[in-house]
Amino acid sequence: MGRYWLTLRRFWGTALAGQLEYQLNVLIDLLAMAANLAGSLFILSLFFIPADGSAAGADAVRRLGGWSWEEALVVQGVYTLLDGAASTWLRPNLGAIVTHVREGTLDFVLLKPIDSQFWLSSRTLAPAGLSEMALGVGLILWAAPRAGAQLQPVALAVAALMLLAGLVILYSLWFLLAASSIWFVKTWNATEVLRAALTAGRFPVSAYPPGLRLLLTLVLPVAFLTTVPAEAILGRATPTLVGAALVMALVSFSLSRAFWRFALRYYTSASS
Amino acid sequence: MIQVERLCKTYRVAAKQPGLAGTLRHFVNRRSREVSAVRELSFRLEPGEMVGFLGANGAGKTTTLKMLCGLIHPSSGLVRVAGYEPQRRQRAFLEQITLVMGQKQQLIWDLPPLDSLRVNAAVYGLGDAEAQRRITELAEMLELGEELTRPVRKLSLGQRMKAELLAALLHRPSVLFLDEPTLGLDVNAQARVRSFLADYNRRTGATVLLTSHYMADITALCPRVLLIHQGALFHDGALDALAARLAPCRQVRLELAKPAAPEALAPYGELESCEGQAVRLLVPRERLTTVVAELLARFEVLDLEVSDPPIEELIGGLFQQAAVPC
Repeated sequence: MGRYWLTLRRFWGTALAGQLEYQLNVLIDLLAMAANLAGSLFILSLFFIPADGSAAGADAVRRLGGWSWEEALVVQGVYTLLDGAASTWLRPNLGAIVTHVREGTLDFVLLKPIDSQFWLSSRTLAPAGLSEMALGVGLILWAAPRAGAQLQPVALAVAALMLLAGLVILYSLWFLLAASSIWFVKTWNATEVLRAALTAGRFPVSAYPPGLRLLLTLVLPVAFLTTVPAEAILGRATPTLVGAALVMALVSFSLSRAFWRFALRYYTSASS
Repeated sequence: MIQVERLCKTYRVAAKQPGLAGTLRHFVNRRSREVSAVRELSFRLEPGEMVGFLGANGAGKTTTLKMLCGLIHPSSGLVRVAGYEPQRRQRAFLEQITLVMGQKQQLIWDLPPLDSLRVNAAVYGLGDAEAQRRITELAEMLELGEELTRPVRKLSLGQRMKAELLAALLHRPSVLFLDEPTLGLDVNAQARVRSFLADYNRRTGATVLLTSHYMADITALCPRVLLIHQGALFHDGALDALAARLAPCRQVRLELAKPAAPEALAPYGELESCEGQAVRLLVPRERLTTVVAELLARFEVLDLEVSDPPIEELIGGLFQQAAVPC
């Protein structure tokens, strides 16, 4: 375990150093992230503007799928947090798998005496996404008390657990897609589709028509990514929901590991 | 140290006709055929040996190296490296080997090599002090200094290759697989890499299997060579013996006092050229002394030189013909 911990610290240390070689990039990333959040807040606010055109706020009576403006903001906060985690951690690492396969540098990874999924999943970090995560946390902290959430230790722990489960599910799905690049070298497009589907998680799942809701819960488990953690933050998560999220996280993570082993068997018997 | 017996690797490749019609036909009715990249390969390497691995492009060198590293599973046959079965890629096995590929790099492009080295040290579980000691030692052997603190993208190709070698050897592997380690380097850089490899082999007693397009690498480093041709072993032994096997003839150059007619020279061997007084003949090795004696008796010879044709040409010639030459 010590070896993995030290390796992880070295990985992230070099990743930060590598990013700081390009100062302008970091600045552009920050700007893009701020613009993105402003855009989605604007779209969300459109749902809450009453028919007479007065601004969204305390007087607004409109609800989105049964969620008030503040509650929906919590969902938006969770989405922002998760999207930030994806930019910080998932995209730079899992996006590089395709490059490794195409350029043959996967060989170097496979010859290291360390778990290859660990290496590929944690090799680098893009710190620009950290600010997006901070923004997400800020939004949650602002909106949750206004939506009537009582931030008690137990509720917080459950919320953190659900956030973690959401992150694990997202990671596993993303890794599955990235690993399939061993067959279809150009899977990069597929991960963009996943990212687009993720944006559905900006809004509470109950805001969608029933058919789509089912799809977003079971097939693309977007519900577990944002809505369920938001429910937990608001203290509304039932034990069934929490259990389902944990099972989902466990199953998808195991699936990603099994699939990687299977993909590697194919790679090692076919590559040249 | 390395044991290979009757090793085979066959690939399935899509049999597809060119053009749109061929693509459509292939889409509807997929057909594939088997291509054998490596056929019945057997050899052994003793600890500390440095062996050259020769063959044309597509002869199966890289496929064999990847099977020895455990990156590809063999179709049949047996492979043992340092007592392990490579394809299982156990940690203890991976800590004993290294693979250097001339056309691929593992160093982080934007950072100094030292950062990549620290990552490798952690991956191989080396303590800071131990890693530093090894880096200093290898850097000295490789004549690397401040280059280790300059971003990799700003290094020359030769400096980068030396840093790659350092990264690949930090964990003190006892088996080195080197695939074209001097590819693209200038003559000086090639010579430095070569002398480093010889030095490393002498100091650590590591076993080295080396492929290269540059004959000079092989002649300088490898007393023994393996030559594969179309996936099968063609020669295993000393480089000189390979020359004898590839070139059963020697080249005799003559400078005559008076021009001679080609017909007069033809009985002595295969006439390569005959321009006035300068004559080049190919003579079978076993008849060489007799022929030279006869030539000296028959003609007035000013100068005579016997040599082997250059080995690059011989191997090149071998690979141009589909069949194995005399």
